[in-house]
Amino acid sequence: MSIGHVSPIRTYILIWAALMLGTIITVAASMVDFPGPLNAVVALAIATVKATLVVLFFMHVKYISYKVNIIVIVSAVFWLFLLLGMVSIDYVGRAFS
Amino acid sequence: MPTSEIAGSHDLALRHQFVNQEQQRDASSMGMWLFLVTEVMFFGGMFTAYLIYRHANPAAFMAGSLALSVEYGAFNTVVLIGSSLTMALAVRCAQLGQRKALVGWLIGTILLGATFLGVKAVEYHEKWENHHVPGPTFNFDTAKEESTKDHPEAQASSKSVEMYFSLYFAMTGMHALHMIIGIGLMSVLTWMSWRGTFGRDYFAPIEYAGLYWHFVDLVWIYLFPLLYLIGRRHTF
Repeated sequence: MSIGHVSPIRTYILIWAALMLGTIITVAASMVDFPGPLNAVVALAIATVKATLVVLFFMHVKYISYKVNIIVIVSAVFWLFLLLGMVSIDYVGRAFS
Repeated sequence: MPTSEIAGSHDLALRHQFVNQEQQRDASSMGMWLFLVTEVMFFGGMFTAYLIYRHANPAAFMAGSLALSVEYGAFNTVVLIGSSLTMALAVRCAQLGQRKALVGWLIGTILLGATFLGVKAVEYHEKWENHHVPGPTFNFDTAKEESTKDHPEAQASSKSVEMYFSLYFAMTGMHALHMIIGIGLMSVLTWMSWRGTFGRDYFAPIEYAGLYWHFVDLVWIYLFPLLYLIGRRHTF
């Protein structure tokens, strides 16, 4: 019986440290005035990097043994972007709002 | 050695409907990931509502963000990331069959989760006392509130700020409910682990409770900047 990939403790500590660093950077970035919508873009970019680290290493998706699950995981992102994307196009594209 | 290779066994590591342990693992992990897809869509609906109302009322969202405490939010982010680390280590101990360490990391995860909820309770209480909870007692005058009166770009009607707080309580409230359910799951799993239910050939419940816990952490990773941070500066 395979027990799956066992990550060394060092990997988990490193990912945790990276997530902590991301949290510090995102709080620091929120105190800076970036032009236009860049504050939101920077905050969401950092959040997405953090989320990717959690999914790949803490949730073991990097070492996933059953490859069909990758379709399931990608579908979650796909449906979410479909929802957010279509709604955004609707609201931004309206002449009267 | 468990009797898992005997067909028709009631062994948890190989239920009789599966050909082998590999198949059981693949089936159960896909079930868990499918559940997480539905969770993404569940929270996705609220994130979409946030997007629409933020687009319609940027000033109100700035006012609402300014009224939140970044300190509480950042502290809770640190606590929750720490709980993801303890959970990842718990799963690792389960993989290696280290019973006592598994119990220890699960208890650590529960304690960090409870800390998060404690801070959230303090935050909610402050909102209640300041009349920032949506409903008949809601009151937020952006021209008079300490947090917004010096921000001309954060002037908005009380009604539109109430919308921000409705989303704030809906999103953080559903997140907190997930945490409460997670702590309940962890408590049962701690007890089962202590009794020795799990070993190297059967630890699926620990693994999937871990996936759930990390998912709840993921939601917070987005909630923290969206609710606490990005409204504090430029709006669009």
